[in-house]
Amino acid sequence: MLYYIGRRLLQAIPVLLGTTFIIYFMVFAMPGDPLLGLFGDKAPNPALLARLQEQYALDQPFFVQYLNYLGNLVQGNFGISFSGQPVNDILARTFPVTLKLAVIAIFIEMVLALTIGLISGLRKGGIFDATALVVSLLLISVPIFVLCFVGQFFFAVQLGWFSPTVGSDTSFGKLLLPAIVLSLFVVATAIRLTRASVIETANADFVRTAYSKGLSRRRVVPVHILRNSLIPVTTQLGADFGLLIVGATVTEGIFNVPGVGNTLYQAVIRGERPTVVSFVTVMVLLYLVVNILIDLLYAVLDPRIRYVK
Amino acid sequence: MNLRKLGLAGIALAAAGTLALSGCAGGGGSTPSAGTGDTSAIILTNGSEPQNPLIPTATNEVGGGKILDAIFAGLVSYGADGSPVNDMAESIETTDSQNYTIKVKQGEKFSNGEEVNADSFINAWQDGALLSNGRLNSYFFEDIEGFSYDVDSPLTGLAKVDDYTFTVALSKPRSDFPLALGYSAYYPLPAAAFENGKVTDAFGENPIGNGPYKLASEGAWQHNVKIDLVTNPDYNGVRKAQNGGLTITFYATGDAAYADLLAGNVDVIDQIPDANYATFETDLEGRAINQPAAVFQSFTIPSDASAYSDPSAFQHWVGEEGKLRRQALSMAINREQITDVIFEGTRTPAKDFTSPTIAGWSDSLKGESVLEYNPDEAKKLWAQADAISPFTGSFQISYNADGGHQGWVDAVTNSVSNTLGIQASGNPIPTFAEARTQITGKTIKTAFRTGWQADYPSLFNFLGPLYATNASSNDGEYSNPAFDSLLNEGAATADLGAANEKFQEAQEILLQDLPAIPLWYSNVTGGYAAGVNNVQFGWNSVPLYYEITKG
Repeated sequence: MLYYIGRRLLQAIPVLLGTTFIIYFMVFAMPGDPLLGLFGDKAPNPALLARLQEQYALDQPFFVQYLNYLGNLVQGNFGISFSGQPVNDILARTFPVTLKLAVIAIFIEMVLALTIGLISGLRKGGIFDATALVVSLLLISVPIFVLCFVGQFFFAVQLGWFSPTVGSDTSFGKLLLPAIVLSLFVVATAIRLTRASVIETANADFVRTAYSKGLSRRRVVPVHILRNSLIPVTTQLGADFGLLIVGATVTEGIFNVPGVGNTLYQAVIRGERPTVVSFVTVMVLLYLVVNILIDLLYAVLDPRIRYVK
Repeated sequence: MNLRKLGLAGIALAAAGTLALSGCAGGGGSTPSAGTGDTSAIILTNGSEPQNPLIPTATNEVGGGKILDAIFAGLVSYGADGSPVNDMAESIETTDSQNYTIKVKQGEKFSNGEEVNADSFINAWQDGALLSNGRLNSYFFEDIEGFSYDVDSPLTGLAKVDDYTFTVALSKPRSDFPLALGYSAYYPLPAAAFENGKVTDAFGENPIGNGPYKLASEGAWQHNVKIDLVTNPDYNGVRKAQNGGLTITFYATGDAAYADLLAGNVDVIDQIPDANYATFETDLEGRAINQPAAVFQSFTIPSDASAYSDPSAFQHWVGEEGKLRRQALSMAINREQITDVIFEGTRTPAKDFTSPTIAGWSDSLKGESVLEYNPDEAKKLWAQADAISPFTGSFQISYNADGGHQGWVDAVTNSVSNTLGIQASGNPIPTFAEARTQITGKTIKTAFRTGWQADYPSLFNFLGPLYATNASSNDGEYSNPAFDSLLNEGAATADLGAANEKFQEAQEILLQDLPAIPLWYSNVTGGYAAGVNNVQFGWNSVPLYYEITKG
């Protein structure tokens, strides 16, 4: 199994190299001089501009810039942002917040998807199932910023149950509302998937066998049906986790969460190569790690899956 | 479950747990407690993450500017109407508008106990002007003798007379120089800011100032989150704080700040999101602010076609023909209607090339009628231009698509199209940086959006950098000797009133030539909570925080 993990981690290296290269090139190829943007509508003096280009090494050819960046990256140095801060510091400040938000959201998603999906699957065609279908279709079709604004306005501004923004205090209570909204954004697919998976498993031979052996419904539903329905759902949750980290930009903006999305958005607009590439690299890394964890979880869920050489 | 499986699950769970834990660990940084001042009267407001270290000469954007203005005090500061008052200066004297003698008030201190004296200013300015330091605001020192863009050269025009007196020699007369001295680029710095003769980035992280506020503690600037300021008891200038401090929360979007204001989590905001333009004045029940700001919006059609990579793109916009077409275009735009409908009254139709918040502004300059909507006259002028040479092609305005300009550009080009019967449309350029690259690189082929936010409250600041021959931000390559000489006369006139008369005469030339077509002044939109009083916005659209009282 360690061999398996090692191999998966080694596979991550070319993926990371490829991503940094592509992202670096794309930011490089973005038209316009990022430094000109720093001066607003005021035109800077050419000598000052040249001085700044030298400072940020923007006057070098693409490959020199990229290799420099890569060289620093190998030493664990992500570079310097236009604001003069080490990108390492920015990463260390923003990723934990977004991760925390994503973990809470994925937990809410998991609880909702499993409960609603299981009940819907077991009572296929019933009133609960029909309601769940309509609600999840509704959630799928509403854009996330609408969910954000509606949630913020009703539950925070009008009812006062939550704080409308997060700001400096990234405690569980403050992150709860944005996490709920985020989870609603992805939960519909997970509910549908759980339901379909439960229906399929409930009709399987081993479930019928379990019942005919005289096992109680209380034992069959969680152990025989639910557990065997979890593999597709787990895959979905893993993919959602990546989506939540990457896709939190809108939510973070509206709820003022000092996380990855906001910072990355600003950096893209300003064409800050080191910041953009480093953020994306860490995101890819996270995504790979989560995927390996999900693959390992398969073996826990299904004894027939083994990770040997 | 066999052992192997348990191990597997253990690794997976442990790894997941680490992710979750590291997620929790980074979040709750302890908030620095307010050091001095009445903690119950901390004013909560909005801001944005400073994009540079908090060094006065390195900051040219509003996020950092707002903090610098709170923690530093310059030789002069500005009242709500932009009128200058001596703050750190005892006196600023000149006889020829070119050589100034500045006396610094004795007994003023930085928050680390250092005295504010002549050296505090001289050293800060020298650091800001030096080419190799790469300060974004270095151009503020370009009129001081010795300044160079090409080599490292000390400002020889700065001379220390005694501990509290220094002289400034400019390379040419500038009557509005004292007016400019309230801008953050001219703030003093303590000796503690320097290391080997250069202001360090570390100082910019924990700046030590001489203003009405100071940082609550070391590390009070929590990046991307907020900055905590408390009243500086050592400050004795004209902006003495009436509250215990200021907490500036950095918002990524105006929507979040507005939601916090409605929920009572913030006291004062100076930005209303576009989506709430229609409703905020009723939402806030008399606690809304909507007044013109020192921001001038326009679009520019290049005046000198030969400077551009494709001169034929502007062939109908030069000479007498171009002048007639510009005037026709200007009269074809219904500014009143567009500011009402598109901006819900949060813009004020332009009457000149400056801003109503600036002393000397006038809405009745000679030739101002060219900014009024007058379709008949517009058609007539356009026909006159067609008689010189018939118009071919279409008319386009380029704008950066990341700045929310599409609405008004479409409205303006529609207005032009309907009135003059020509094809007119917007031409979006994806990012601001690219738009600026095309404009400064002269590769642009259409008219383009231009705007100007004043750094200090002076008519000259709206005119000189934009329309003087070869001026730094003269994006349209406009040149008119008559305008230049009026501008220079004004700059050499010591009396501000008399100088402004010259500037207004110069503007009357602009109203004929229309190097840029004035559209409107941006308004500052803001609001405050029911619990705070004395909220007044300054000439530069930033609330005068020191006056605000709470509770």
